Amino acid sequence: MLVWILFLLCQVGAPALAQDLCQRDAPNGYKVRISLKTALGEDAYEWNQSEMFFFQATMAFAMRRHFQMETYNVDNIILCVQTSRVSFWFVVTSPDNTTMLIPKADVEKAVRMSRHRINNAFLLSDRTLEFLGIYPTLAAPVNPDTPPWLIVFGVVIGAVCAGIIALLVSSLLQKRRKEKGMTEDGQDEEDMQVKGVENGINLDGTYNRGFTDDDRFTKL
Amino acid sequence: MRLQLPNPGLEDRILSHEELDKLETEEAGSGDRPKWDNKTQYMLTCVGFCVGLGNVWRFPYLCQSHGGGAFMIPFLILLVLEGVPLLHLEFAIGQRLRKGSLGVWSTIHPYLAGVGIASMFVSLMISLYYNTIMAWVMWYLFNSFQETLPWSQCPLNYNLTGLVSECEQSSPVDYFWYRETLNSTPDIGENGGLQWWMVLCLVSAWAVLYICIIRGIETTGKAVYVTSTLPYVVLSIFLIRGLTLKGSLSGVVFLFTPNLTELTNPTTWLDAGAQVFYSFSIAFGGLISFSSYNSVHNNCEQDAVIISAVNGFTSVYAATVIYTIIGFRATERFDNCLGGNILVLLNTFDLPEGNVTESNYDQVLQSLNGTHPEVIQGLNLKTCDLNTFLSEGVEGTGLAFIVFTEAITKMPASPVWSVLFFIMLFCLGLSSMFGNIEGVLVPLQDLGVFPKSWPKESTTGITCVLCCIVGLIFVQGSGNYWLSLFDSYGGSIPLLIIAFCEMVGVVYLYGIDRFNDDIEFMIGHKPNLFWQITWRFVSPAIMLVIFVFYFITKVTETLLYKTWNPESENFPTLEEKPYPAWIYVIIFILAGIPSLAVPGTALFRLCCDLI
Repeated sequence: MLVWILFLLCQVGAPALAQDLCQRDAPNGYKVRISLKTALGEDAYEWNQSEMFFFQATMAFAMRRHFQMETYNVDNIILCVQTSRVSFWFVVTSPDNTTMLIPKADVEKAVRMSRHRINNAFLLSDRTLEFLGIYPTLAAPVNPDTPPWLIVFGVVIGAVCAGIIALLVSSLLQKRRKEKGMTEDGQDEEDMQVKGVENGINLDGTYNRGFTDDDRFTKL
Repeated sequence: MRLQLPNPGLEDRILSHEELDKLETEEAGSGDRPKWDNKTQYMLTCVGFCVGLGNVWRFPYLCQSHGGGAFMIPFLILLVLEGVPLLHLEFAIGQRLRKGSLGVWSTIHPYLAGVGIASMFVSLMISLYYNTIMAWVMWYLFNSFQETLPWSQCPLNYNLTGLVSECEQSSPVDYFWYRETLNSTPDIGENGGLQWWMVLCLVSAWAVLYICIIRGIETTGKAVYVTSTLPYVVLSIFLIRGLTLKGSLSGVVFLFTPNLTELTNPTTWLDAGAQVFYSFSIAFGGLISFSSYNSVHNNCEQDAVIISAVNGFTSVYAATVIYTIIGFRATERFDNCLGGNILVLLNTFDLPEGNVTESNYDQVLQSLNGTHPEVIQGLNLKTCDLNTFLSEGVEGTGLAFIVFTEAITKMPASPVWSVLFFIMLFCLGLSSMFGNIEGVLVPLQDLGVFPKSWPKESTTGITCVLCCIVGLIFVQGSGNYWLSLFDSYGGSIPLLIIAFCEMVGVVYLYGIDRFNDDIEFMIGHKPNLFWQITWRFVSPAIMLVIFVFYFITKVTETLLYKTWNPESENFPTLEEKPYPAWIYVIIFILAGIPSLAVPGTALFRLCCDLI
């Protein structure tokens, strides 16, 4: 009978005890803030008791994953001080002794380890599912071997140098061709001038060799 | 009775009209003087020279800060009264005398050779620092080929625990510009050494310039098909993109909302006059050279009017595009500011999301202030005002490398927009550099610095290499401060003096009658009354007024410069410091030597003649 009364008291007292363990600014508790509308906009789901249960399950999973030996259960995650912001406090009790709270540091380690999984479970991110006091670890920067700008620079400078060399070479060749052409032209011009001055009349225009007096050279 | 100063021997120095006609027909093949392949190349080159970075980053700021749409009035008036006559004058005199700037002024009167020399010095000084801006643009262009732009987020600090503090206190764009690009020292006295990445970019900027001017206008004429037209294409793309962004129209409205009271402020007219003058790249000598390669009977009057119109239109068009993007950025900032405040309120009072929105923010704040005033005080909420964000309009490098780059990071597909924007800036600057370098190379040739037997490729090459080496000043840690020094003093006062001397020289020394006859010979009709009045009285008067005001402003202002000093108290606001004493020597060299070259050469010649 006494045992039965004690059992009844425990059932009534347990939540009361749980209330004592979990309260605002609890020394071993964390405040969680969720911003559904910011994250999902129109696709935001409603935050209700089922979601709270899901959160408890996720936290239990995180604790199990971190400690690996102890079997945490949904009951070990106690939630309180819910607001319509959606924010609430939670504490984690040890599976062996429900009155003993897991220290803050251990909870933090567990959350950090599974942060990515917790975020994805709720379709949220580090910014929209906040554990106040646990700062998200920053992503390690991706450092490529060669900075990308150096590659683009190499391409541009290579193209420009190739262009400069091509232009210089072409102007050199042009000059050489002109010089060669000048010496040949010089002879042609002399011949034209000699044949052009006939009877003292300076003939303008090109000399038409079709009407040359070839007979001059083929004297029989 | 027209005022005409005595000018003996002028007839002997210039070609007569008959000789010009003969030159025109004989020079049908390749003569000694280069020629434009076609009129389009000439027009595009002149447009490219006139339309430069100033149209994109100086005019919008002036427009917005001097009464928006009302600024158009002084701008257009001074464009017509000052810009068009000066442009026509330079085109006509170059086409008539068929020489570069030094040759033209020596021909008009040997004592005026100083004007040509001053032009050369100014062009040289501006070329030196202008190409450094090109190097900066290239650096940003090279860095745009990445999925996440490097100026969109702060880098992590050494032990990966947080962001770099200098970046956290200012902003990622500021950090990227002042630290990763310039590696700016806190003082002009500390030179900080050469920044190797900027040296590479400077070399590439000079290399690209060299390949475009390697054979003079033969290669420049081909390059301008791209460099002069691409900016307009990109501006149009940005306009379409900008108009589809949220808040763009508020930017445009802010830009053009007229405030007619600004017209009574003399600074407005002064700034409009200065903007018209500098925008037209007059007195550099480049325009005179370019028009001397034209045929004698080219219609220079029509060219002047067309190019002025294009320049004015481009300024307004670019301002519209820039302000759509600035409007978008301001709206983003405003939304973020308000969003931040709303979040703080929601978090402090545990209100459900969506309870406080932008529309009821003020009411909610008031009611909460009534019930919990101490809490609200403790929150330190920021005041968010869209107009403050819009009037954060910056000018110059701040606009291009800080404000605009930030706006680009907020647009989807940022790397594409970044590449387009910096290619546009590069083309704008490169086409202006063609004119600057022309203003340096042709006087050097005329002075006989290079032997005539040397091919054109080597003279341009040597000039580029020397300018690049001297330009290494601007890629040190303190390079940015040197650049603003050169910009403020090297490129302002001397140009005004040169332009004034040009007008007086042509109108009163060469003789307005002779000039009118020349123009009648070249284009078929005498210049009408508008040109007469502006050339003889109005434009020189405007130049004089602007010069006097500018001179007084520059001489009386306390010489301060803004530095990026992470240790200063008001960081990230730029710290204003006074210049050290030895800077005054530098300023005197920059502004004084070109200005004094004008009377100096005259005195020198006078002495030579007397001896």
